[in-house]
Parts: sequence; C-alpha cells; structure tokens
Amino acid sequence: MFSAKQYLLAQSLEEAYVANQKRTATIVGGMCWLKMGKRQMQTLIDLSALGLDEIAVTKEGFSIGAMVSLRQLETHKELNQAFCNAFAKALSPIVGVQFRNCATVGGSVWGRFGFSDVITLLLALDAQVELYPSGVIALEDFIKMPYDNQILVRILIPHNSKPVAVQSHRNTATDFPVLVVAASVEQDGTLRMTVGARPQKAVAVPASLSLSDADLNNHLETALDKIPFEKNMRAGKEFRRHLASVLLKRAIAQLKEEQSHAN
Amino acid sequence: MQIELTLNGRPCKAEVTPDTRLLEFVRQQGCASVKCGCETSNCGLCTVWLDEKPVLSCSVLAVRANGHKVTTLEGLQAQAAEFGAFLADEGAEQCGYCSPGFIMNVLAMEKELKQPTEEEIQQYLAGNLCRCSGYQGQLRAIHRYLNRKQEENHE
Repeated sequence: MFSAKQYLLAQSLEEAYVANQKRTATIVGGMCWLKMGKRQMQTLIDLSALGLDEIAVTKEGFSIGAMVSLRQLETHKELNQAFCNAFAKALSPIVGVQFRNCATVGGSVWGRFGFSDVITLLLALDAQVELYPSGVIALEDFIKMPYDNQILVRILIPHNSKPVAVQSHRNTATDFPVLVVAASVEQDGTLRMTVGARPQKAVAVPASLSLSDADLNNHLETALDKIPFEKNMRAGKEFRRHLASVLLKRAIAQLKEEQSHAN
Repeated sequence: MQIELTLNGRPCKAEVTPDTRLLEFVRQQGCASVKCGCETSNCGLCTVWLDEKPVLSCSVLAVRANGHKVTTLEGLQAQAAEFGAFLADEGAEQCGYCSPGFIMNVLAMEKELKQPTEEEIQQYLAGNLCRCSGYQGQLRAIHRYLNRKQEENHE
C-alpha cells in the first residue's frame, strides 16, 4: 500500500492539474492498481467532485467521464445497446462486481496496461481521449504517449452505434486475460480489429480487410504475422499468436451473424 | 482530517489520515467482520456496501466515504443470519473465513438482480474466493435462499 500526507478533493480541472505538476502528487482513480504499489506520496488528488462519473449520450456518440466505474460501463443500457452488448461481455470477466464498482475507466485507460480488456475494446471503437489541458487525442496515439502530468478527463466514442464483438481467453476465471481481441465493422464493411494482452499494449491489426472478403481468413493470418506477441507467466508467444487467430475468427463470425440479423 | 458518514445506520465522525483505507477505518470503528484476505483486490473478503453498492474496502480511501453511507455485516445481522442458516443447511460453511464478504455480496446481488440465472449468480459472485469448497454448497444455498418464499408457500 502507498502512503500519502495530503488529500486534495479538486474543485476544478485546473486545480487538479496545478497540483499534479509535482512529482510527489498522484491522481487517484479507482485505486485498485495504485494500492498495489508502495509509493510514498505527498498529495493524493481526487477528481470525484468534478462530475466525471457520468456516461452521456451525445450527438456524435458517447462521452464517458474518467471516474465512471467499469461496472457502470458494463451495465449502461444505451451503451450496450449501441455496441452489441460488448461492454458487458468485455468487462464482466474482470475480477468481480465489487472490484468493477471501484475501478474507473480513467484509471484503466491512463494506466495503458498491456492486459487491459477495456482499452482493446475502446480501440476497436475508434475512441478518443480528452486530456486537460491539451485536448482531444485518438486513443491509439494516447497509448503510445509517454506518461505526463495532464489530467485524463473523458473517453469519447465517436459512434452512436457500431457492430462490435469482443473475445478473450483467461487461464482461470477472474485472472488477467491471456489474450483479448475486439473487432468492429464500418458501414462499408471494413473491419477494425484490435489485439490486446499480447501481453503488451493493445494494437490495431495492420490491414484493411473487409467483412465480405472471400479470402478473409488467409488475409487475417498474414496481417497477424506482423503483430509481435511475447511470452509471460500466463502463456507463450506461439499460443498467443494462435489464440489471436481463433478469437478474431470467432469475433468475425459474431459480426457476420449480427449483420445477417440486421438485414 | 475529519470525515462524517453513516456507518450501519448510525452517524459517525472520525479523524483519518489521507491514506487510510475504508477497510482499516471500519475495523477501527469495531466492524471486525471486514478483513483483508489478499492485498491484491481479488478475494472479496473486505466487501462492504458504499451507498448500497458492494465495493472492496481495501481499495477505497476512507476520505471517499465522507458524506456517504457505509454498511458492513454488523449492520445486516438479521439478513446475514437468515442467509447463514441456508449456508449451514447445505454444509457450505466450512472454515467460515470468507463468509462475511461472501454474505455481503450475496445480499447485494439479491437487491440488484431479479431472478438471476445460474450464470448471472456465478458472474456476480466470481470476486468472492473460497479456498475450502468447490462452491457447490454455496450455490445450492443461494438458490434455496432466493427461492425461499416459493418454498415457504409450498409448505
């Protein structure tokens, strides 16, 4: 467990940002990850009073406050209706309900953890990250950025709805995933596929493939060969590479089924 | 710093340090049912309700409970005894170490889910680990507990 001498319940983003410029200060999200460390901190900055615990349906899509819990994402009706129940499917295997009532989406995204189920899904939905003060940036770029002292304010999903499927494999229930994939489909049939827990950070599959491609499976294999996989205590890299193919094919099959229902 | 909250239905005012966790705070207030079983936010033993929602008190700062309502097993004695009897009847009470957090989450599930399926029950309770059993006794007890009104009507 960490230690801290002061607690700041920020009344504005500016106040939180100014306080966060000190190296001894840290923003507390859900605290589930932070508490594992033994850092000695001067100030804990809490964003709880800034109204960032809401999911708003906007003209462009969805705006998700950084303090929204993983459980809120999992149970939000409109969000799950818009995205084929993918948030419920992606988040429900994470530890337990009590954990997901604590963990925040801001903490998960800010951490840019390799094992993140939520980043893998958000990446397939072309999500953006709103930072204070620099503004909106694509999640894909954000996860490559070095850690800095900005404030993650919101996650933006620029779609009102999009067919999306998510698949993951765990060695045992509630553990970190061995691999997680997500696939969404544009209106013109182009697939956007992502692979996470490789075990490094999630990446997009580097190919422009179409759901209607007659040779999709072979093209997918070629594209997956360009993604680096590694081993860790949960699995070897060959198994991960194999899983990526199996899980993405399942996700694609799910998308085809969604499409046939929609037609 | 001073916090004021409602603990098990009673107003409570206390001094805490910024890094005090809710777990330690409720224990200092005499709620010894709340225990830390894992240190990795995984076992569910420290489950309390924060404004009626089950949370891991090991992962919540006590200051974040300021102005809120916290409930531990000590505040739910009647409900806990009722469900505990079902657990005992099914032989699901073994060493009993995990029971406080488990019972807190079963009672939270009862409030949140209407007629949950087996899969929904397992998913809701996946974050409560028991190292004595294979969970079968607990599942039988939960089914009987959730269906107790129908069982009573049959009798």
